[in-house]
Amino acid sequence: MKRHLLEADDLDRADATLVLDTAAQIEAALTGREVKKLPTLRGRTVVNLFYEDSTRTRISFELAAKRLSADVINFSAKGSSVSKGESLKDTALTLEAMGSDAIVIRHGASGAPHQLASWVRGSVVNAGDGTHEHPTQALLDAYTIRARLGRLEGVRVAVVGDVLHSRVARSNVRLLHTLGAEVTLVAPPTLLPVGVGSWPAEVSYDLDAVLPKADVVMMLRVQAERMNASYFPSAREYSRRYGLDARRMAALGDDAIVMHPGPMNRGMEIAAEVADSVRSTIVEQVGNGVSVRMAVLYLLLGGAPS
Amino acid sequence: MAGSPPAAPSSRDARGSASPGALLTAPDVARVVDRMAHQLIEKAGNGLGDLVLVGIPTRGAPLARRLAARVEAFSGTPIDVGTVDITLYRDDLRLRGVRALEDTVLPGSGIDGRLVVLVDDVLFSGRSVRAALDALRDLGRPRAVQLAVLIDRGHRELPIRADYVGKNVPTSRAQSVKVRLAETDGADEVRVEGE
Repeated sequence: MKRHLLEADDLDRADATLVLDTAAQIEAALTGREVKKLPTLRGRTVVNLFYEDSTRTRISFELAAKRLSADVINFSAKGSSVSKGESLKDTALTLEAMGSDAIVIRHGASGAPHQLASWVRGSVVNAGDGTHEHPTQALLDAYTIRARLGRLEGVRVAVVGDVLHSRVARSNVRLLHTLGAEVTLVAPPTLLPVGVGSWPAEVSYDLDAVLPKADVVMMLRVQAERMNASYFPSAREYSRRYGLDARRMAALGDDAIVMHPGPMNRGMEIAAEVADSVRSTIVEQVGNGVSVRMAVLYLLLGGAPS
Repeated sequence: MAGSPPAAPSSRDARGSASPGALLTAPDVARVVDRMAHQLIEKAGNGLGDLVLVGIPTRGAPLARRLAARVEAFSGTPIDVGTVDITLYRDDLRLRGVRALEDTVLPGSGIDGRLVVLVDDVLFSGRSVRAALDALRDLGRPRAVQLAVLIDRGHRELPIRADYVGKNVPTSRAQSVKVRLAETDGADEVRVEGE
């Protein structure tokens, strides 16, 4: 493994498989235990540096670090010296001077974690940067697919919705490709990034044509907060053409699963009855996130300092 | 390796085994495991029913399964087996590169109130056993914990001793004891290497 986890392509197939296997072993070791804590990272400090709002990712990283007995410092830009104008670099150097061994960063600017990695000696984990990457989300999605379907090689995954603004989609396309899955992106042309042709994925504008062949349908959130132009005529029309409702779900194969990275816009990209159905892995994904992030922190911090 | 190391008397001479220098050959390992199984039955007495054999990966795991099979064969009592991965409990993680994890599997009935016998291939510093004891503490509260090892090579760094020992082998620190088992290495054999 590299020292940092900044994007999905930092992991080759062997590394990615190691993360998934380690997560599975950690999960098995902790299942049914009274004491859900391991002493592995005792005395190491993990800083959660969050410049953007987050519920599940921040809590998931915090829980993962705490379950490995690391000390955790949660830093959110609101209420810190950032509001006095402190730069990312000065903030990072301050945190490192206080002895942080790893920094988990979420930032609105694509590439911020890469910058950070060039300034600090410890490990940097990207917890989502702008519209760029979110590698641990891709890892937990791959883990969930493997746990449900038993394999990743040859699995057909449809990634549906706002691909343009989605760091989840970008990381998933790369990681799933590394692991041998076949990805199809489904979105209106306005919500596909420039250069999508060079991604290791098929592209389709027609959800109904893709669904019957898909083993996995991954719905993306429509990111209204990043939309500064009209990408589609109306929410209703988007929902009608690219939303997953019960009728569309019926077109899926028997074992196919429905995923969503959260937070969901129920009734927009996904109908409530789909989100709550037995095919849905949405709650499982959250649980798996903790195991996968424990695996990542262990593999980055568990060995000798390099 | 030339000849057998001075500190390790070889058992190959009498039987003319095909593997020169081996401290224990495959038949020796089988005999030793049988003897340890008998000792377990004798010492557990009426408590055999709540015995759980917990192997420490890698080679403690197959050893625990073998011991359990022999105890079952000799006593007729079915024996629960498990494995406990100690990697995340080691005290030397920061001294080496990151290690891959192994499986932790416990019997469905758990280990609370039961007699747990930890099983490992070689007892050396005692640090693996210390890690295993810490892991067990997080997994439940056994009535008692005992330790069974195939080879005790000395050089303890912690106040830990084995309750069942297959073979005591005086070694120097510079030597290494290599245990091979059919399940993990293709064949049963124990060797002492180095001077």
